[in-house]
Parts: sequence; structure tokens; C-alpha cells
Amino acid sequence: MTKLLEATNLGKNFSQHIAVSDINIHLCRGEVLGFLGPNGAGKSTTMKMLSGNLAPTHGQILINGIDLLEQPKSAKVHMGYLPETPPLYSELTVREFLTFCGRLKQLTKQSLQSAVDKVIERCGLGDVQHRLIGQLSKGFQQRVGIAQAIVHHPAVVILDEPTSGLDPIQIREIRHLIREVADEHSVILSTHILPEVQMLCDRVQIIAHGALLFSDTIDALSTHMHASSVQVQLANAPTVDELSAIDGVVAIQTIADSTFRLHYQPENDPTEQLVSQAVTKGWQLRQLIADTHSLEDVFMKIVQREDASKDA
Amino acid sequence: MLNLARNELYRLFLSPLAWVILALSQALLAYLFLSHLDYFVQIQSQIAAIPSAPGVTEMIVAPLLGNAAIILLLISPLITMRLMAEERRNQSLPLLTSSPLSAADVIIGKFLGSFAFLLILLLMILLMPLSLLLGSNIDLMQLASGALGLLLLISSFMAIGLFLSSLTRQPAIAAIATFSLLFFLWIVDWAGQSGHDDAGWLGWLSLLKHFEPLLLGELYSADVAYYVIVTVTFLLLAIRKLDNERLTG
Repeated sequence: MTKLLEATNLGKNFSQHIAVSDINIHLCRGEVLGFLGPNGAGKSTTMKMLSGNLAPTHGQILINGIDLLEQPKSAKVHMGYLPETPPLYSELTVREFLTFCGRLKQLTKQSLQSAVDKVIERCGLGDVQHRLIGQLSKGFQQRVGIAQAIVHHPAVVILDEPTSGLDPIQIREIRHLIREVADEHSVILSTHILPEVQMLCDRVQIIAHGALLFSDTIDALSTHMHASSVQVQLANAPTVDELSAIDGVVAIQTIADSTFRLHYQPENDPTEQLVSQAVTKGWQLRQLIADTHSLEDVFMKIVQREDASKDA
Repeated sequence: MLNLARNELYRLFLSPLAWVILALSQALLAYLFLSHLDYFVQIQSQIAAIPSAPGVTEMIVAPLLGNAAIILLLISPLITMRLMAEERRNQSLPLLTSSPLSAADVIIGKFLGSFAFLLILLLMILLMPLSLLLGSNIDLMQLASGALGLLLLISSFMAIGLFLSSLTRQPAIAAIATFSLLFFLWIVDWAGQSGHDDAGWLGWLSLLKHFEPLLLGELYSADVAYYVIVTVTFLLLAIRKLDNERLTG
């Protein structure tokens, strides 16, 4: 697979403070890479470096095989970037703005109009194309921001927290749009929202305190996410002893009168047993939730694993 | 780069600011022009008898362009303040810096855009003295020299304003700083005029001192060089500043 973006040993120090250290990122054609981390982990700093807005202290960035630091002009042609705050001129109309962006990104006169038409259609901006950007809702402004990043059909699209500050419906629409963008471009997406990564990305990298902790496929992350416990609510609850007699259950935690959390060995899932017993013994099952770890838990788990492997 | 300049100019005209500036400065100068003209018509018969009396160009055109310079000094900060500072405040600078443009392209593009605006203003001002051609002969070469002076003055105003605008994210601060610096450079030769011979270098620094000969139709390469040096220096400083931001964050 051709690597469209490759960053090696990327690091950035702000005087004494180390913001990002030794991060390696690569992105293949047609891939969506999720860049996950809590606030302040160095996500935006990394995104800024990848987009050429911030020079790294050390490391190398290749976009489409062109060194971003040596030949910024020719490398940036292959890249579209949406920062955290979409960079828009509120006094222009959507169409004017996108035409300007197309020219900025060195589209030729012949291809400019068709490129702008196409991006307006793709981003669902047809109805608002003659309205001023300043009057649009935040969701539409975000769309214009994405349109700006893809108008010149770049190989790599870098989106920095594209759904922050939007309402749930807008978030869904923007995610849908990103999914569509991913059909034609390789995308790097930074976010602190885990479900977003699970929905959109093929591969995920987790960063915390400026260091890369985890880099694998989304499936591998899911196994990390899977906690070995299940929460169950039974209207006609049996005693704790009866529950612990179920095969595989190692511990029981009583949350409320009829709500329990059953812990089990990862290789020995008792859920099936639990359900069949609930039916035969008339426990009246109301709720059964497989616990998943939150992003913070996954971080903790991955951090702990890192520490453990260091000790070993 | 030219695209950026064009967009800059276009956005200027989308705001009422540009129209208001054009209209009001034109109105002010038209009033001054008419009062100069009126005065000239009054005393024309008296000075006609004097040999080598000042002509219409010295009496009307030169003072008009001198006044135009003052007005340009006042409005330039308003034009340049938003160039970079507003871009910063709206956080729209990444659009330009992540485009295939170098820092020099961005700065020069912005400079050309604002320069083009003042060029339009300058052309409108020049229409007034040119209208005298209908009823009188004017010294076109002296007018051209004065116009060149204003052109050079504008370019140094724009470069200074652009640099100061790149330092801050508050347009108002950029405007005040630009105005103060321009005004300081304007009056700095007053110290030089107060009788100290050793203060001559202060006069050399003055924007005004280099403009006066041009107004009288005296074209010295040193004066032209002064404005070119000022413009290039401040543009380089602005480019340096923008590039430095990328390096240090």
C-alpha cells in the first residue's frame, strides 16, 4: 500500500515544555486514521505540525512522498486541513469563499468552477451557496470548513476535532459527511470522543501526554474496550449466592436492590448461562448491559500495560 | 499571491469602511481643492504682474497633494489594521498558512491588496488637479512627481501598518500603533529643524522630509530609495514575524 502521509520521530518542544515527543504516524490510501487523546494530550499540536502550520523540533513529515519541511509549497498542494476553529471569512458567501480557496490551492481556471460545484454538492451546501458565511449555523460553517479542506481534491485530509461544539444532529450529519469524504481521500481525524473513532476510523492511534501509547486497528481497540463485567437488573432477584453459582462468575457487586454487576474471566463469558437461568428460574430479566470501558479507562489500561511491560 | 491581493481588495469593498473612507476623504479634499482654487482666482490678478510668480500648479496642485498626504496618513492605519490582526482574531490564518503559499506570498499578497485600494483613492484624488486642464495649463511633470511621492508614501504606510498589524490580534491596537509610528516618522524632523546641525539624521528619518521635494517636482533618487527601503524593511519584518510563528508556535 502506498503511504500518503508518513511522519517519523515527530517531536515539538515549547522552550522547556515537551508538547509532543517521538510520534510516528503513517496513513495509507483510502484509510481513516483516528487520532485519539484527552484534551491537552498534544493532538492539535500534532495536527498543526502535519499541516505545516507549526515546524516540528525534530522529525520528518512526508506527504505523498514530498518532504513538508523541505518543499512546503509542493507538499501542501496534496493536503487539506481543517483546524479546530474553521478558518472562514464571514463577509463572503459560501461560493465566493470556496472559489477563493480553490484559487489559493492552485486550482487552474478551467477546473476551478467544476471543482467548486462538485464540493458544494458533496458537502450539501447547494441551498446556502449564495448566503453569507457569517449568517450560517455552526453546523453549516463546519461543512464549509470541510469543503475548504477538500476543494482541491487533496490526497490527505487532516481534520482537527471536526465535531466539537455541534449539537447531536449536526454531529451526526458531519460524521456522515466525513464518512463520504473518506471514500475519496485519506483522512486523519483527531478527536477525544471514542464512539466517533469507532464509527469512522479504520485505524486508531492514542496519544496522551505527548506520547503515542497505542497504534492499531479499530478491532484491536475494541478488545481493549471490552470489560469483563456485565450489569444486570432482575425484577425478581435471587440471592447473591445463587448468582455466584453461575459458571464463570468470579465476583458480584450489588449496585441496587435488584441490580448487580457480575465480574467474570475474559475467556469465560457467563451471559448465556445467566439468561437461560433467568428464564427457567423466573428472575424476570429487565436489563442486561455489557460493560464497556470509557476512553479514560482504556487510557488507564493501556498506560498500566505500558508501565507493566517496562517493569518486566 | 495575486489571488490573495484580489480577495483582500474585494473583502475591503464588502465592508462599509472602504466606501466611507473613499467618500469622506474625497469630500474633504474636494473642499480643500475648492478653497485653494478660490484663493488663487482671487489673487490671480494681483500676482499676474509679478515676474516669475507662482503658477497654478504651485498654488493649487502642490498644496492639495500635501493635504492628501496628511489624510492618507490618517486613514492608512484604518486600512492596514485588519490585514493580519483580524485574520488572527478570527483564527482564519491557518487557511493561508496551510495553503501552498510561503510567508512571503501571504505578506506580499496582503500588501498588494491594500496598496491597490489606496491606489484607487490616489487616482480619484488626482482627478481633481487634472480637471484644471479644462481651463488652464498645469505642470504635468510636477503633478507626476507629486503623484509618485504619494505613491511611495502609500507603500511605506502600508508596509509599516502591515507589520504592526502582524504583531497583534487586536485591530485597534494595530491601528493606534501604526498611527503613532507614522505620525512620529512624520514629525521627527522637527527636532532637526530646531537649529541643531547634529540633528540632521533625524530629518533623514522623516517621511515628510523626503516627500516635500517630490511635491515641488524635484525627484532625487535618495528620496525614492528612502521609501523603497522603508517599504522593503517592514515587509521583510512582517514576513519574518509570520515565519517565526510557524517555527516557535
